[in-house]
Amino acid sequence: MPELSTLLAQVFTGLVLGMIYVLLAIGLSLIFGLMTVVNFAHGALFMLGAYFGVFLLAHTKSFWVALIVAPLMVGALGLLMERFLIRRLYGRSPDDPLLLTFGLSLILVEGVKVVWGKIGLTLDPPRALAGAVDLGFMAFPAYRLFLIAVTVAVLVGLYFFLGRTNIGLIIRAGSRDPLMVRALGIDLSRVWLVVFGIGTALAGLAGILAGPMRGAYAEMGVTMVIESFVVIVVGGMGSLLGAVVAGLLIGQVVGLTTLFIPKAAEIMVFMVMAVILLVRPSGLFGEAGLLE
Amino acid sequence: MTLLRSVARRIAAHPVLAFWVFFAVFPFIVPNRTMATQVLIFGLLAMGFNLLYGYTGLLSFGHAAYYGLGAYGCGIALAKLHAGSLWLGLAAGLGLAALGGIVIGFLCLRRRGIYFAMLTLAFAQLLYFIGFHLSDWTGGDDGLRGIPQLAVGIGPWHYSIETTIGFYYFAYVLVGLAVLALKRILDSPFGAVLQAIRENSSRATACGYDVDRVKHLSFVFSAGFAGLAGSLDALRLTVVPVESLYWTTSGQVVMMTLLGGAGTFFGPFVGAATFLVLEERLSLVLESWPLVIGAIFSAFVLFLPRGIWGTLTGGIHGRQSA
Repeated sequence: MPELSTLLAQVFTGLVLGMIYVLLAIGLSLIFGLMTVVNFAHGALFMLGAYFGVFLLAHTKSFWVALIVAPLMVGALGLLMERFLIRRLYGRSPDDPLLLTFGLSLILVEGVKVVWGKIGLTLDPPRALAGAVDLGFMAFPAYRLFLIAVTVAVLVGLYFFLGRTNIGLIIRAGSRDPLMVRALGIDLSRVWLVVFGIGTALAGLAGILAGPMRGAYAEMGVTMVIESFVVIVVGGMGSLLGAVVAGLLIGQVVGLTTLFIPKAAEIMVFMVMAVILLVRPSGLFGEAGLLE
Repeated sequence: MTLLRSVARRIAAHPVLAFWVFFAVFPFIVPNRTMATQVLIFGLLAMGFNLLYGYTGLLSFGHAAYYGLGAYGCGIALAKLHAGSLWLGLAAGLGLAALGGIVIGFLCLRRRGIYFAMLTLAFAQLLYFIGFHLSDWTGGDDGLRGIPQLAVGIGPWHYSIETTIGFYYFAYVLVGLAVLALKRILDSPFGAVLQAIRENSSRATACGYDVDRVKHLSFVFSAGFAGLAGSLDALRLTVVPVESLYWTTSGQVVMMTLLGGAGTFFGPFVGAATFLVLEERLSLVLESWPLVIGAIFSAFVLFLPRGIWGTLTGGIHGRQSA
């Protein structure tokens, strides 16, 4: 049995990983809930977030500028993708946007290798967040605490945006009954654009936040997007609360399995999904029959 | 173009015969005989995928799983368990892939629609990690090595598969039989139900068909074809790289089938040939060739969703044509 402090450190590490999963899964879930588009390129956009971060940090010398601008750049790319490519596929099989975004993710991953080279890059955290913070019972890297704080702040902001603003209301109504929302005279295609932009910007934010811990490399998004799919299946597709709970849960599963049986960490993620499928096929917070 | 179309339609009218005739001379009309065998094997894999996607309407993003299970099943039987017979190796590969199809198919079919694609992808990734860590059996990262290319024995008669051309005709016969089997499946009442499910799943249920069971069976058949392809590739390469289970393999199969034409009988073979030729030519001149393939694939999804063969043969019938 490992010592309590090791265990706690691992719980915190799992929490940090869980936050990245939450950011990715919420973006995927938002896009899916409103548009029934599964964005396979979400992982590639996560990766781009980290690369844009490296690029901006090198040119502006400010991590804070990079932290804000990189997700906006990724979101802008997301807007272009939706407006000029994915939009053509509405009305066709829901498989088609998945296939298209799969093709786009290949282009992005290879494109990054052309521009920034095959070797991964490092992304330094700002000096203010360099050391470790003494939490009383253990020391924990300051940057990781910062990551947790940023994610929580973004989630709270998103909660108020969706729950308290007019556009949030339209988004929620649109995912429930798009036909009725249109009948009320609302141009949903503009809402789709906004949601795709927000969802992809969240992926970019996850990317630059993860950058200082794992660096930036072309393949970093691939496993992340598959694991984010798992998070969504576990949490329940289209459920934002589900995405948060399942993201944190999967983070803990990875963190704690790494401590006890390191080899099984990746495998456990999928085992959790298999168990959920057997006992609760619609996911922890999913409504049965949604978009099936 | 009109001539090309009428030729394509004639071929599509007699697919099994056309397969046997065309692939009998195929290695002599391509510049590279290794690629001829690859077209057969990946065509078979894409054909299995197409049974599920093109004919049943279920998009699997995890066919690497059954291809890999087939490859490892055959490889482990021959290299680790020393089964001593090629047929036992192939049977082990096919059996393991079908078993994987039964279990994973059961789990994935618990969710419908777009979830299905994500679940198949996730389970394939699970198998990849298992294959990666179970190195006593799979060789882990180094791959499973030392698969013997045993002679094919039918009674007193022996046929060597150690030469490129010898292996080609061995694969030709097996893939040809698989093509015949697929044709029989599609022409059977069961095949008609598959296509009914693709067109309208609720209506098929209303007609009294057990849609879940039919889908599951289609999944297992599809996995079986993929497993045979994996077994053949293991024999061809005499090694099973762990990447055979990786999601990139699944992605390749998806791209091949869509390039050729999903829901058409020959689309998968046309697509496999197109993909492999593109890969060979592009990788010579361009390091980042996957970028070009990704762009071509995206363009197909957007502008040519019926693929090459589907566009050639498709008239008023569209996807339904053979």
